[in-house]
Amino acid sequence: MGLLTPDPGLVFWTTLTFVILLLILRKVAWKPILRAIKVRQEYIQFSLRDAETAQETLAQISVKQKEIIEEGRRQRDEIIREARDLKNEIIREAKETAQVEATRIIQQTHEQMVREKKEAILAIKQQISMLSLDIASKILREELATNERQKYIINRHLQEVSLN
Amino acid sequence: MRKILCLLICVVFTGTLFASGSEKGDEFDASTLIMHHIGDSHEWNIISFNKGKENELNITLPLPIILWHKGLHIFMSSKLHKIVKIGDNYVLYEHGHFYITDSNGELFDAEGNIYIKNAEGEIIDAEGAVFTDFDKIINAHPLDFSITQNTASMFMGAILLLLIFGQAARGYIKRGGLSVPQGVQLLVEPLVLFVRDDIVYQQIEDQRKADFFVPYLLTLFCFILINNLIGLVPFFPGASNVSGNISFTFTLAIISFLAVNIFASRDYWKHIFFAPGIPFLIKIFIVPVEFVGLFTKPFALMLRLFANITAGHIIILSLASIIFVMKSFFASPLTIILALVMFCLELLVAFLQAYIFTLLTALFIGMAVNKAHH
Repeated sequence: MGLLTPDPGLVFWTTLTFVILLLILRKVAWKPILRAIKVRQEYIQFSLRDAETAQETLAQISVKQKEIIEEGRRQRDEIIREARDLKNEIIREAKETAQVEATRIIQQTHEQMVREKKEAILAIKQQISMLSLDIASKILREELATNERQKYIINRHLQEVSLN
Repeated sequence: MRKILCLLICVVFTGTLFASGSEKGDEFDASTLIMHHIGDSHEWNIISFNKGKENELNITLPLPIILWHKGLHIFMSSKLHKIVKIGDNYVLYEHGHFYITDSNGELFDAEGNIYIKNAEGEIIDAEGAVFTDFDKIINAHPLDFSITQNTASMFMGAILLLLIFGQAARGYIKRGGLSVPQGVQLLVEPLVLFVRDDIVYQQIEDQRKADFFVPYLLTLFCFILINNLIGLVPFFPGASNVSGNISFTFTLAIISFLAVNIFASRDYWKHIFFAPGIPFLIKIFIVPVEFVGLFTKPFALMLRLFANITAGHIIILSLASIIFVMKSFFASPLTIILALVMFCLELLVAFLQAYIFTLLTALFIGMAVNKAHH
């Protein structure tokens, strides 16, 4: 058995051992081990991908949330502004209406006052004329109470009326 | 640290002086010892006491001898100290070879001289002189398929692999791939992932082809590694030199050669025999070179593993022999330190050579099956 010459017996046994070992290990060990490792690797890969997707979704949701909040704030501001505008409008309209109404009322009142004044003056005039007549009649009655007086007045007027 | 080293060197040199002063008894033959250790044997020596003395005691594990000579003959190696009858013939075991003889156990050379084994177990010629030139013997050899020490050690390695990886696989099956690896799985998983991801997937581009070769390359890696490691265990049942045996590396190289060439793509063969895109005159030289390259690749694989492991064994045994050559136990610190360093290195080499063999096989397979890049 030289150091450098292969010994057929050992070559035979090595071949046999190696081939049998390969066949048994492949069936008994390598397949389950490699499958398990592959399963784990794929699981980790999928988990990482899932986590990434989840993170992305979360980021999207967060962005959306911000958008919604922003939108809400914008809408609120708009509503408030609109309300303020509406309020101002209403107030303005109310004022205008009030002004018009007031003017109308004033006008009416004025007219009524004028009318009433006229009526009152007319009434007073009538009253006065009545009173004057009354007084005049009373005065006449008193003036013409005596015959002398009557004669005197007639005379005086007759005198005044010179028959020219 | 330096002080300790100085002290050790002093001790070693004093030891040498003492040793040189001691009387020279029976010579210690380091090279025989080393060659015996790195070779193969038909029995498994567990331990020897009082070597070369009257009361020498060898505790050995007898191994089955399997011979083929006009039929199959199986017997234990403990019978080998004398001639053994197989069928109609007898077989004589001498210096690692089996010879077919007659019932007297006679050996012949080409000139017709007869040699026989005497009572002391030495082979003597007709004049009684000890005969050692066994290359001259022309007796027929039976085919030897014995379970030698290396074969037994290799079987042990294979069984260990089956136990370790079978246990790990059971863990994966029982707990599923998603659970945290436990126990032996923790040992196996980095190894498997290393071979799969850093060797196979790196070299073989096509994922499906790579997956096809993963079991083979994993087995190859683990088989070489376990035999390297068993070889590093300095006592029974280790110390055999399986992966440093040329038969072992030869077989693995042949299997690697077959794995490369059986599954090679058409592009690969075209590349070797037609060398497309190269001028005709250069083709004349390139094609034979490429063709020879088919065989030099596995040849290099065979020699690299053999040389590395054998060299490691030789160095460690040489270091151990220093003590016996110097005949002083003061040499032991030197031996221990150097042997420690060498064992660390050999541990690295055990992994490295398994890695290189597997990597190169994967590389060659990759070259053969990958799509050509032009």
